[in-house]
Amino acid sequence: MQNGETNVVAMAGFGIFIALSLVITWFAARRTRSTEAFYAAGRSITGFQNGLALAGDYMSAASFLGIAGLVALSGFDGLIYSIGFLVGWPVVVCLIAEPLRNLGKFTFSDVVAFRLRQVPVRVAAAAGSLAVVAFYLIAQMVGAGNLIRLLFGLSYEVAVMIVGLVMLAYVLFGGMIATTWVQIVKAVLLLAGAFMLATLVLAQFSFNPIALFSEAARQYGDGVLAPGRFVSDPVDGISLGLALMFGTAGLPHILMRFYTVPDARTARVSVAYATAAIGGFYLMTFVLGFGAMVLVGQPAIRSVDAGGNMAAPLLAEVVGGQAFLGFISAVAFATILAVVAGLTLAGAAALSHDIYVHVFRGGRASEKEELRVARGATILLALLSIALGIAFKGQNVAYMVGLAFAIAASANFPALVLSVFWRKFTTRGAQASILVGTASTLALIWMSPTIQMDLLKHSTAYFPYRNPGLFTIPLSFVVGIVVSLMAPEPAADEGFTKLEHQIHLGEEEDD
Amino acid sequence: MSDAQIHLTRVAAARWRLAVLLTTVMTLVYVGFILLIAFNKPLLGTVLIPGLSLGIVLGVFLILLAWALILIYVHWTNTHYDARVAAVRQDRRGGR
Repeated sequence: MQNGETNVVAMAGFGIFIALSLVITWFAARRTRSTEAFYAAGRSITGFQNGLALAGDYMSAASFLGIAGLVALSGFDGLIYSIGFLVGWPVVVCLIAEPLRNLGKFTFSDVVAFRLRQVPVRVAAAAGSLAVVAFYLIAQMVGAGNLIRLLFGLSYEVAVMIVGLVMLAYVLFGGMIATTWVQIVKAVLLLAGAFMLATLVLAQFSFNPIALFSEAARQYGDGVLAPGRFVSDPVDGISLGLALMFGTAGLPHILMRFYTVPDARTARVSVAYATAAIGGFYLMTFVLGFGAMVLVGQPAIRSVDAGGNMAAPLLAEVVGGQAFLGFISAVAFATILAVVAGLTLAGAAALSHDIYVHVFRGGRASEKEELRVARGATILLALLSIALGIAFKGQNVAYMVGLAFAIAASANFPALVLSVFWRKFTTRGAQASILVGTASTLALIWMSPTIQMDLLKHSTAYFPYRNPGLFTIPLSFVVGIVVSLMAPEPAADEGFTKLEHQIHLGEEEDD
Repeated sequence: MSDAQIHLTRVAAARWRLAVLLTTVMTLVYVGFILLIAFNKPLLGTVLIPGLSLGIVLGVFLILLAWALILIYVHWTNTHYDARVAAVRQDRRGGR
């Protein structure tokens, strides 16, 4: 594969995906006339569909190309990431999915604000959401620009603009209905692509993954089957692990998906489908990574992209030729588009539903008005993400996905858990917990070697660890609890009884 | 406190216990795995049969464990919890 060479199959495949997704958007647009349709797909998505859509939202191009590349270049260490991305799901289903569905309407702030004072809590929770969405979006846009330049030969700026505008079309016209179906199509394509690639690889090793691993060990030494330098510091390792695990339960675009199903039972069941898809996918990336290591070779992978991001496409070319490379490239592009659409919709919901309707209009905006503001927020976010994507061109933004997970785990997750499970939680407590979680995560990342040494080229960093989660997650819980205990809020305490009922019985049983 | 209220409190407590138990199991096993990676790399590098290290076996085990925990939770709530909540709902309707 030459850098930036135009692949006809890739272009055609991507063209077909865009055409298909715009047809979906056109049908969805005709049904998107209410806020419930725009934010929550009319709560008509089935458990299986939402499972695939959750998987689509969660499996970014970073996990497809990034983890395959990480495994190809450093073997076992890549597995640490795959596992980290999966272990958060039991937490989501046990602690978050059902309360979220039964207590909220459109955003996770609905749940935190359920029995607390609306305005302060909404402002803080929307800030937490928007921080996560912003960093996640920047990482995806910059990744998209680079990838598309490598895969299709388009210029970086053109690639960023195409992604931004196509995504804008999905969200603006088709809302959550279009976004959900784009996620489903993308998830199926991604799983099918990874499955075909893994099958073609294993076919060369008589369908025995162990034979593949042992060939990798023969070529590169037994070291590729053992942990390497990735987790060199236990504190950093655990810190990253906790952020990945609890961050999943605080990602606004993932949480928002639980509102698209009819009831709590469906929300719960959709997580089981989602984890089956995601877990299967990560097991396959492991085969893809080792396959690329053996069949493409590490020097060849590094020569195209030093970070190893091209390992999976290169592997596709080796085992399936130009046409298959084109197909995998188109799948990677579709993956980016879908994730970016999900993020933008979550950001737009925070701006319109939380900030505009509940903070500025005191919860008294008409349906039409809210829908108009939500669409305006979508346009704003799409333009902003294009601008940020271009502004961060050439920057190393790999740390930003980690940052998004760290903020989600330290700002959103503690407030969500405390508001649902702890009677004495107060408005001030929620506010302090979210703001301290966000600010401390940003501050510690700023002081970490990742920014101070790698990016700013200083010789030392103010804070020795790259991952703040081990400190910021407990800090956010402690701040939330201490502030709540300092000044009890009787109204919030009383509201907890109603909350407990509604968690289990749902809204219609409210009496 | 009505009967329905007492039943609801019991169902809620049962679900809460299971949820906390499963979350704790996942967290402890996962943190344990990372601690092994950090402190005993040679152990995880032990080659069991050519091509298969202990680390890879444990890694796949962790993915399967996450699945298993989710299935336990979904199975229990779908069969026991939902039925008990439905009974509470019936009681409340009847009591009105």
